[in-house]
Amino acid sequence: MKLLVRLIHDSKPIIAQVVRDTGVLINVDRARSDAHEGEEALVDVPDESCMLVSERMRSLGAEVSILEEGIRHDEDECVDCGACISVCPKEVFSFDDDWKLQVMTKRCILCGRCIQSCPHAALSLNN
Amino acid sequence: MEKSIDEINRRICDGSARVVTADEMPDIVSELGEEGALREVDVVTTGTFGAMCSSGSFLNFGHAEPPIKMERIWLNDVEAYGGLAAVDTYIGATNKSVTQMESYGGAHVIEDFITGKSIELRAQSSGSDCYPRRSITTEIRLEDLNQAIMVNPRNAYQRYDAAVNTSDDTMFTYMGTLLPHCGNVTFSGAGTLNPICNDPNLRLIGSGIPILLGGAQGMVVGEGTQHSSAGNFGTLMTTADMSDMTSDFLRAAYMYRYGPTLYLGVGVPIPVLDLEVVRKTAVRDEELMVSIKDYGVPSRSRPVLRQVSYKELKSGMIELNGEEVRTSSLSSYRRAKLVASTLKRWIEEGQMTLCLPTRPIDPSKQAKPMRETRKVVLVQEIMLRRVVTIKEDQDITEAAKKLLRGETNHLPVLDEQGRLTGVVTTFDVAKAVARPERKVKVLDVMTRNVITTRVDEPIDIAAQKMEHHRISALPVVDAQNQCIAILHASDLGKLFKSGGNKP
Repeated sequence: MKLLVRLIHDSKPIIAQVVRDTGVLINVDRARSDAHEGEEALVDVPDESCMLVSERMRSLGAEVSILEEGIRHDEDECVDCGACISVCPKEVFSFDDDWKLQVMTKRCILCGRCIQSCPHAALSLNN
Repeated sequence: MEKSIDEINRRICDGSARVVTADEMPDIVSELGEEGALREVDVVTTGTFGAMCSSGSFLNFGHAEPPIKMERIWLNDVEAYGGLAAVDTYIGATNKSVTQMESYGGAHVIEDFITGKSIELRAQSSGSDCYPRRSITTEIRLEDLNQAIMVNPRNAYQRYDAAVNTSDDTMFTYMGTLLPHCGNVTFSGAGTLNPICNDPNLRLIGSGIPILLGGAQGMVVGEGTQHSSAGNFGTLMTTADMSDMTSDFLRAAYMYRYGPTLYLGVGVPIPVLDLEVVRKTAVRDEELMVSIKDYGVPSRSRPVLRQVSYKELKSGMIELNGEEVRTSSLSSYRRAKLVASTLKRWIEEGQMTLCLPTRPIDPSKQAKPMRETRKVVLVQEIMLRRVVTIKEDQDITEAAKKLLRGETNHLPVLDEQGRLTGVVTTFDVAKAVARPERKVKVLDVMTRNVITTRVDEPIDIAAQKMEHHRISALPVVDAQNQCIAILHASDLGKLFKSGGNKP
């Protein structure tokens, strides 16, 4: 399960603390530190530890949203061009034998690059 | 052996014509030989589905009461051409909405029309004795129009050069998102299915021949604008009635930070009259070569990195400077196949017969660049030569003083040899003052990755750099990276002062 974690400025090392407290290994898919928007990390945790980790993070002052899945693909808008394929850092997109676009949402780290690169607005974030 | 067009049409009418799509033809010719393929196949259908920016439609709204001669026209706030009397207009695909997000444009108006949506028409007029009305606002649908005739000046490019970006920044172009440092390659076109690729000498593609356009039966008007078949870049001018189009073959699109465009399906059936047609329609993706051009260089003549075939491009990965680089198509090969197979079905069912061009298209034509009679304004004409600079090892307080004295927000930072190594802004100094812990030298707070310009760079390119990076000044450097001047965004205003250098 993917969690989007927003941290407040000058916060403590929350992720490290949660790993130590819960013993759950957390994989950081991507992290961003921005002067205006604060710090944000997308982390991957085992499904069964999802509630434990998010509760612990919240108690330490982080905002946590649970992301059910990766990028959303609207098949009605998609024309199967493939503009998204080469911009994705995780190889989420590919063609099948009939040149139809396949989307492996499990690999997605929600970086959002493909959203801009889709000429048909067929890709979006869930929340 | 040769076949006549009449013979082929007789077979289409009695349902015995053998029609194949262009991607099937190479294997048929390999298997049956050229003579065998000529006997066996009557029609080869082609197809492409991609961004065709140079597209649009003529619309006639019918007369209002009291009547108006529309001089300025907006459809869902996208301006349409007002130079045609009185209730005619032409809506171009790439025009942006004046009020909505720039992601809505003429292409979206066209798609909304064909999917049955209601469009707001606004028009203004200066009025005349015969057309007294000054303005009108109304809601219209496609079925309310007298005519909605798509006429596209430039469609169905024979092939299109692939794009790459060697610069340090992601670029957003009509060729899609181009990642920095050759991070990806984008391309367009259906290769072996492309219409003109199957008739490169334009023997059978010309004025009047039937085509599929946007899902409607249409025709080729003649050569397209910028037609340059001598360089393998032929184009077609096409037309069809919008009332017969469907969203399977017509989709509005928005290229991020470029603007709206129209994705269109175009397919041309080619009658297999003789061996020459057999040979040309047997073309394979590996024989169709294009250049990979560097969009990181903002010039008409972009450097070519290498030649590449459609086969390599379609494989999803190509080799570039010893590294594997992933490719993205911007056109849809799946939909291109749908265009070719739909044309095939039409002909098999006798819904479309073929004809020879009423006027040929010149296969030897070469497009010319624009004649320019006024010189482009260069950075050196408006840059500030008196530039205040600072050294790397000076204190931040010194930088603050210079910024105040120089009445500037940007201080180029120089090393001992006078070479540009960074920039310090008032924001950097303010940050350092707010968090004084360790940062005392210019070196500690300066921005190292400096975007620069040169004296001979066109001012529009410098302005685009500032917009892209959201910065307001560019140090001007020479070949030795010595900072010789600075260009401020505010200086761009000089271009518009009366008596100044007008662009």
